[in-house]
Amino acid sequence: MAKEFLQEWEGFNPGRWSTSVNVRDFILKNFTPYDGDESFLAGPTEATNKLWQQVMELSEKEREAGGVLDMDTKIVSTITSHKAGYLDKNLEQIVGFQTDKPFKRSLQPFGGIRMAQKACQENGYEVDPEVVEIFTKYRKTHNQGVFDAYTPEMKLARHAAIITGLPDAYGRGRIIGDYRRVALYGVDLLIEDKKNQLATSLVRMTSKNIRLREELAEQLRALDDLKKLGEIYGFDISRPAKNAKEAIQWLYFGYLAAVKEQNGAAMSLGRTSTFLDIYIQRDLEKGLITEEQAQEYIDHFIMKLRLVKFARTPEYNQLFSGDPTWVTESIGGVSIDGVPMVTKTSFRYLHTLDNLGPAPEPNMTVLWSKKLPQNFKKFCAKMSIRTSSIQYENDDMMRVTHGDDYAIACCVSSMRIGKEMQFFGARANLAKCLLYAINGGVDERLKIQVGPKYRPVEGDYLDFDDVMEKYEDMMEWLAGLYVNTLNVIHYMHDKYCYEKIQMALHDRDVKRYFATGIAGLSVVADSLSAIKYAKVKCIRDENGIVTDYEIEGDFPKYGNNDDRVDSIAVDIVTKFMNMIRKHHTYRDGVPTMSILTITSNVVYGKKTGNTPDGRKMGVPLAPGANPMHGRDTHGAAASLSSVAKLPFRHAQDGISNTFSIVPDALGKDSQVFVGDLDIESIAKELNSDGV
Amino acid sequence: MEGYIHSTESFGTVDGPGIRFVIFMQGCPMRCKYCHNPDTWAIGKGEVRTAESLLEEYESYKEFLKNGGITCTGGEPLLQLDFVTELFEKAKQRKIHTCLDTSGITFMPENEQVVEKFKKLMKYTDLVMLDIKHIDDEEHKKLTGHSNKNILAFAEFLSKEGTELWVRHVVVPGITDNDKYLHDLGYFLGGLKNLKALDVLPYHTMGKAKYEQLGMEYPLGDTPAADKSLAVHAKEIIMEGLKDRLRKKEGE
Repeated sequence: MAKEFLQEWEGFNPGRWSTSVNVRDFILKNFTPYDGDESFLAGPTEATNKLWQQVMELSEKEREAGGVLDMDTKIVSTITSHKAGYLDKNLEQIVGFQTDKPFKRSLQPFGGIRMAQKACQENGYEVDPEVVEIFTKYRKTHNQGVFDAYTPEMKLARHAAIITGLPDAYGRGRIIGDYRRVALYGVDLLIEDKKNQLATSLVRMTSKNIRLREELAEQLRALDDLKKLGEIYGFDISRPAKNAKEAIQWLYFGYLAAVKEQNGAAMSLGRTSTFLDIYIQRDLEKGLITEEQAQEYIDHFIMKLRLVKFARTPEYNQLFSGDPTWVTESIGGVSIDGVPMVTKTSFRYLHTLDNLGPAPEPNMTVLWSKKLPQNFKKFCAKMSIRTSSIQYENDDMMRVTHGDDYAIACCVSSMRIGKEMQFFGARANLAKCLLYAINGGVDERLKIQVGPKYRPVEGDYLDFDDVMEKYEDMMEWLAGLYVNTLNVIHYMHDKYCYEKIQMALHDRDVKRYFATGIAGLSVVADSLSAIKYAKVKCIRDENGIVTDYEIEGDFPKYGNNDDRVDSIAVDIVTKFMNMIRKHHTYRDGVPTMSILTITSNVVYGKKTGNTPDGRKMGVPLAPGANPMHGRDTHGAAASLSSVAKLPFRHAQDGISNTFSIVPDALGKDSQVFVGDLDIESIAKELNSDGV
Repeated sequence: MEGYIHSTESFGTVDGPGIRFVIFMQGCPMRCKYCHNPDTWAIGKGEVRTAESLLEEYESYKEFLKNGGITCTGGEPLLQLDFVTELFEKAKQRKIHTCLDTSGITFMPENEQVVEKFKKLMKYTDLVMLDIKHIDDEEHKKLTGHSNKNILAFAEFLSKEGTELWVRHVVVPGITDNDKYLHDLGYFLGGLKNLKALDVLPYHTMGKAKYEQLGMEYPLGDTPAADKSLAVHAKEIIMEGLKDRLRKKEGE
């Protein structure tokens, strides 16, 4: 590491960060908390408007072209694969695209050549035959590795969609490199640090140690490439950034290298606003830049993040209801000694929703705490009402497990930046699992045996104890199969599609979360509640398979703060998580679980038959931990209270709740509501007017 | 004692100040043509609840209910006046802000016993939201089936008692969007010392679906929803009327 305090750091308070890689220490020693309001913010510059206009025109063309404007079919994307690309070199403060021009999607076959081919074909392109040959004959992909090792049972479960959305044909994503390190230390210091990690690694050649040494060597190569990426755009990023503009640019190069290398399901950014604020604040204090310039840098940076694009198939886009990249940026939060980490740049990031207009990406996520400054809370509320583009997460809860330098990957997955990563595991469909319990492992849609051939439910009416016993057996089977399937996937992903640059921006010894997930929780809770509190009659088809249900009577529904049913949801989460915990996980991953689907619940619903809660085949499952649509009849607080009962320690990878409310339901409209009437003072006023 | 409850709402944002726990009481003697809760009309139906159980439910939402409290609405909550009195008395013991949303129809200024009961309730009531449907008695009868005499008397009673008052008025095209009536309403309001807010709501047709569900004919038929601009205009006229009353006073 640095032998002395480098000149690029002048003006910063020194600390452990200046003698070892420690971004958190740098932030805590140097950030300037801000509890004021948004009045300091600057609007878009002329350059910003021009560039954004250009982006809007290209977006329009892309839409007209059916969703994709251009695709690379020949050059396999690597960190250094393409020459520089620009919108308008003279106007862009922050530069860099995934390929040699904006809106051109890169070719990323390491996850699977067939997926890459399909993505091209379905958009009217054809991958170069030579590339196809290389990745079929000579270079194995992640996808091929997985299918070599899958058991027939795994393939069947995947086909029937009881385990679903698996990252076995595409990049798993959900790993956040600590891109801030590039700005703070420059690449050379990181290389030196990485070399030291390799030199001090164990030399007893077990497969574990061999793998580590190989990975560290890969990481070193990626860091070399990262420097070259800087050179392609005319920057020397081997040294630390010396001002705000460089800091943003260096950080972005780190991120850009990641998205050039990986087409991950979620390629999140981390927690960068307060880090960058330190640089912006230093430049502002020195009088080097104005507020307009600071905002322009941020606007141009965010613009780049909005233009991250991947080659994907229509099916993939259907699963995620769009073309998401999950460039999640975590904003705010509170330090472990209780200081809100909101800075002016936290405002500047959210302000891009005004300057550039609302957008789903980057996924701005506010780490919410009761202790956040009131002005910031108000600003967030205003921006939410205006743009519906902000996601909120409970910092007070996550800080306990992850400290104050974690970020969110994708929608809810929390991890310490550069110190923890996760193996993304999509989800198991617990609603379908309940149907398997009732039908003895026969799939209600495909009418074939998928699960183990346990005894199905007998008789006309479902009995709660009987169903529950069968359901637990079926969940045990599912948990085992699910974890094992994920073990195969992540083994192969590490082997054939390793995230070199992202892991290069991690410590050597990372904690790995083994992130499982469930779908259909509210359907399960309501179904079991119906069986328990009402009478549920089975309707069987000609083969005796239960395909529909008739409910006699009413029953408590999840989402109304009613313990009779909410306790069922809590119980299912706890039980399934404990079943997951029984199994061996790849690389000693710490098992976690999410109750999260923001869009894919629609597709999962299509693949799930009629359920005992009265939901019909094909109807979407509720998103994440949401109650089923329309069944929460006691208002938002009751609905949220039901969700809040779910135990975070058994769903540590996150619990999501999608909340929408019409503006009129948020309170009185000042146009027609006269509050604070004071008859006496009106009279007085009129009196003085009248005289 | 026990009350008949239609339902509860855990996150009320338009039924009084702040975010509130709202109790919809079952039963109403009025038959307002634009009522959007006809399912609360029938008397003696609904869920039987104690005041304690409702307060327990409120407590479970405390975290969410910033600057709010409890609102009793309906139906007509004052059909169960004794129950509401007990509920509010107990709520005040817990220092919960209490709000009563009423039509005022059950008030009888000449009946001493009734007045005494209302006085007792007002001891525990922080705010009354009074819905004045029409200022003209004949029109009021057409619209609701009842005279507005007792309702206006109730407003004046509250003014004397010093209970804070919000007045609500719904603008229905062709029924209440008449400048003379609106001015008259404002003029009446100008006489209420305790008036703290005026809420003018454009008539909406979201209640229609409920009538269909209940197999009832929708009394306002195809009357269109009021544009917000109508309500904005109505608010201005009402405020003019209110000021005219106050001006006169100064001149007297």
